Amino acid sequence: MSIDNDTHATDTDTSDAVSQLEHDDLHSHEISDKNYVIIALLLAVLTAMEVAATEISSFPSSLLVPALLLMMAVKFFVVVSYFMHLKHDAALFKFGFYIGLAGAVVLYSVVLMTFHFFVN
Amino acid sequence: MSDTTTEPRATPEPEAAIPPGYDDGQDHIGLAHHTTTGLSNTKLAMWLFLGSECLLFGGLISTYMLYRNRQGDAIGPDQLWDIPFTSATSFILLMSSLTMVLAVSAAKRKDERGTRLWLTVTALLGGLFLAGQVYEFTVFYREGLGYTTSLFSSSFYTLTGFHGVHVAVGIIMLLSLVGMLAKGRIVGDKAETVEMVGLYWHFVDVVWIVIFTLVYLIPA
Repeated sequence: MSIDNDTHATDTDTSDAVSQLEHDDLHSHEISDKNYVIIALLLAVLTAMEVAATEISSFPSSLLVPALLLMMAVKFFVVVSYFMHLKHDAALFKFGFYIGLAGAVVLYSVVLMTFHFFVN
Repeated sequence: MSDTTTEPRATPEPEAAIPPGYDDGQDHIGLAHHTTTGLSNTKLAMWLFLGSECLLFGGLISTYMLYRNRQGDAIGPDQLWDIPFTSATSFILLMSSLTMVLAVSAAKRKDERGTRLWLTVTALLGGLFLAGQVYEFTVFYREGLGYTTSLFSSSFYTLTGFHGVHVAVGIIMLLSLVGMLAKGRIVGDKAETVEMVGLYWHFVDVVWIVIFTLVYLIPA
């Protein structure tokens, strides 16, 4: 009985220590307000580039959609990673969000393929 | 039999007061949460909710992509979009994400005045975005694009309308939070409460990032 209790106590201690280390690790990645402003400016520049790409007639039309999708993806992951702090957050939070995102991308890609959306 | 009834009840130790799997609602600066995962259950629930929201908006965006060329003889996206105007409203929403993250940062520093200020600015920017969307809908309607005009119009209004409702809910959450902070009605970790509203607000922003590119910028 006492051995069980000791084992349980050791497991709890280890679990607490791991949680504490993970928690400390998360708090060591705090971003300063100045860096948040820089990230927001980067997002604004990317938005301006997106609009410019659609307005500039000399922009190669074959590259327009891939360029727009790339800039959209960069903006998306910058906001999720830094403003929502997911980059330095716990793996379980990442799993919770990215499983939904990946599920949506796979599911609706299949749906669009079923309706021949990607066929010219 | 009588032994069991007369045995004195053991008083719970302070550590046992918080059952495993439950947050105690206290401010844990530098301490892990008292849950089975060592993480905040509230935050985990919010991330799972946002993951499920990806599926909701994924469905609406896919439906729009399928129907965006199905306007028949009615007015289509190429005759309607006012890209400079929509770019301006997108910029406003993007900047509201900055003010939101500054509110979270202020809350973590326990700067309550700064938190309320940035939350109010975020709500105002959100209101400005929403006003822009209402104006845009009004212009489209006057130009002949009703909700049932075509498959394109139905899917467009449903997608952007759902996003607008999310923005409106976010504004209500922000203003409620400002009021509750002012009256000291937030129980437990204030910074975490602000962060939860922040996660929702940033998600509304990332959804618009996708809508802006796929709906407005990529040619039909």
